[in-house]
Amino acid sequence: MRRTLGMWSLLLGAAAVLALPSASWAQLTTVDIQTRIGAESHIGNITGHAKDAALPYRRYCVGCHGPLGDGNGENAPYMQPPMYQQPRDFQLGIFKCRSTPTGTLPTDQDLFDAITRGFDRSNMPQWNTLSKQERADLVAWVKHFSPRWANEKPGTPITIPPEPEVTPERIKAGRDVFARVQCWKCHGVQGMANGPSASTLTDDLGRPIAAFNFTDGSRPKCGDTDQDIYRIFMTGLDGTPMPSFADNIKPDEAWDLVFYLRTFMAQKSREKEIAKGLGLKPVDPNAPVAQQ
Amino acid sequence: MHASSRFHLRNILQLATSFAAVALVLASIVLSSSQPAKALPAFARKYGLRCSACHESWPMLNYFGQKFKDNGYQLMNDRDAPIWQNPGYWPVVFRITPIWHRVSVGKVQVDTYTAGALDGGQAIKRISSSGFDLSGLDFHTAGTLEKNISFYLLPSSDPTGAFHFEQVFVRFDNIAHSPWLNFKLGRFELDNLLSEKRILTLTGNGGIYQTYHFIPQGDGNIFGQIGDNQLGIEYLGHSVDDRTRVSASLVSSSDGNVNLSTTANAYTGFFTASQAFDAGRLGVQRVGFYAMAGEASTYYLTSGGGVPIPGSGIGNKSFTREGFVGQFYAGPHIGLTVVTQHGSDNAWFGQGYGNAEATDGNGGTTCTAPIPNGCPPNNVPGTTLPVGSQSPSWNGATFEGHYIYSPQLIFIGRYEVEKMSQQANGSGYGVTTLGANGFTGPMPSNLGNISTYTIGFRYNPFMTSRAGLAWHNEYNWLHQDGTGPANLTTGALTNLNTSEILMGLDFDF
Repeated sequence: MRRTLGMWSLLLGAAAVLALPSASWAQLTTVDIQTRIGAESHIGNITGHAKDAALPYRRYCVGCHGPLGDGNGENAPYMQPPMYQQPRDFQLGIFKCRSTPTGTLPTDQDLFDAITRGFDRSNMPQWNTLSKQERADLVAWVKHFSPRWANEKPGTPITIPPEPEVTPERIKAGRDVFARVQCWKCHGVQGMANGPSASTLTDDLGRPIAAFNFTDGSRPKCGDTDQDIYRIFMTGLDGTPMPSFADNIKPDEAWDLVFYLRTFMAQKSREKEIAKGLGLKPVDPNAPVAQQ
Repeated sequence: MHASSRFHLRNILQLATSFAAVALVLASIVLSSSQPAKALPAFARKYGLRCSACHESWPMLNYFGQKFKDNGYQLMNDRDAPIWQNPGYWPVVFRITPIWHRVSVGKVQVDTYTAGALDGGQAIKRISSSGFDLSGLDFHTAGTLEKNISFYLLPSSDPTGAFHFEQVFVRFDNIAHSPWLNFKLGRFELDNLLSEKRILTLTGNGGIYQTYHFIPQGDGNIFGQIGDNQLGIEYLGHSVDDRTRVSASLVSSSDGNVNLSTTANAYTGFFTASQAFDAGRLGVQRVGFYAMAGEASTYYLTSGGGVPIPGSGIGNKSFTREGFVGQFYAGPHIGLTVVTQHGSDNAWFGQGYGNAEATDGNGGTTCTAPIPNGCPPNNVPGTTLPVGSQSPSWNGATFEGHYIYSPQLIFIGRYEVEKMSQQANGSGYGVTTLGANGFTGPMPSNLGNISTYTIGFRYNPFMTSRAGLAWHNEYNWLHQDGTGPANLTTGALTNLNTSEILMGLDFDF
């Protein structure tokens, strides 16, 4: 009897040992990630805790971003670029919409704003229905996927000078900046995302990606205020071909460029009226840089 | 302790250890092979979001789902128009539920037999019946026709396959780029925050909200049921984050029946407003109110000896429903929704006038002869209210709590109470023969009062972007005062208890 029981225990033990790898096979990375479950975020006076976001993440996010935050959720295969962008891989710790210089981590507020605002032309909706606490918890949860936050601090947000008044001269100067830094190569001379390089663009993972079309009425991914647009080309969209122009454009010129880009947009604006009055023509990509 | 006892104890310990090991192995296998929750059909297929993103538990909407609905089934991400979808995308879901259920009715008047033959006697018996059964079939199809123009079409059948159009509408959203300007036209559910069409329970009495359908005993007003889909037009406005919502509907007082039914010339207004608040760790709380005010005909032109002519209703009388709604959360796991109602009908309705349909459910009438041979009472010229008639009024409340263990498992508990505050037949009611509302003399103050509770849980073992399945378990108990068969000796009204237990597989594809 005792021998039989011993045999049973042995067999069951062996079965358990054999079963464990299959159970833990998909969990190895999870274990690694779990070590960062204590991650926090700070949004104003709200402290977000990663450990409190497990249920909301499972409810709202996991279908696209996947249980490991690597962007391989069950629906990811159906999001084919460039029409739909693939879900963000949080493990890389690389984010497009930041207030911080290129190459640095975003602030908690940047991630919070991204969750709140969502991303146009993607399947990432606005999650402004969630409470601020839930969103802060989700920010902490997003951070806990990447070891970058354990080793680096977020960058210092760039300084955006006060917005100057729109003038015809500034719009013309913005056109010059548009030509000089060759925005048209991707965005096209009329902002229609049909520049000569547009069809060859890929993100850092080699996936096709479309340049932003200023004319079709859609909103820029990282916000549609003048400050947001200023921030986009001074910080760049990390992980995409859109670089930071912080070293190439002075702050004053950056405002000029914002005003010029507004002339492309479908929405009514003072910039559009002024450009119409000026009879402003698109840049000529074939002209020497000084005459474009 | 002698040796054999020690050996026995050791055996038990070893067996327990073995069982524990088996349990551990099984648990690890189950855990490693269990499927994650995935997206639900139609909208989930379109947007790639899990069903749990929009549903507390399918089909009940959560806050995000409510906003998605309020935006005209759009994420507002510039990819809402069908032009962005794969041409093969077909926004259709069907839903049906095979069930087993046991229904128990506490008191039924039955014939008695003696020596194998009817003896002319009657007895009061409890009847319990059980068996396998089917729900009706729903074909949901909904989505956008173009950006900011959406539709919903829901052909629905009863378990025998008899179809009708449960819901049909076209919606224009974000007119002038404003979330405050949205209109829809068709047959739709009124803007109830606690939606009966998205109810989590399935039993006969637990599958509806009693508060949404309560009608005093003998009352002929079927038109004030806020749980039924109605024909009309609705305005909806909401803030961008849906924290603030207002709506106003103008519907035909036909209880959703088509073909310009008998009461088609009367209209009802339904108004709602609500505000949500961010309560930190507790979550987003919402409070609001609704009000319904309408009229319905009590007098119909007739032909053929008293058969009502559809669309000929006149002699409109009024009714109102109003109440508060609260959606409260205590973190992501616990929710409580409260709906109250005060209802009042004109005294004519209380006397049984109003429902000339004797409905066939499609705007027609099954009535083929005037009362007392089948047709409902008609307030023809010269009709007078009996002395002591008064406007029936009542108060009701629904409390529905949820414990959400995970997006795949939800426990539900509901309590509803409906209490008459004034009966149609007052203390001086002078009719001693059977009145138009089927009662003689004054009504007991508690006649028709309802109290009911429902408990249950729904477990979704898996969900995919193509289909969903819930293992549904539910128990409902309902008590109503004075609606049982009359006491065979004294003739006094008796109370009625009914209960139902139901288990089913609620699936959709």
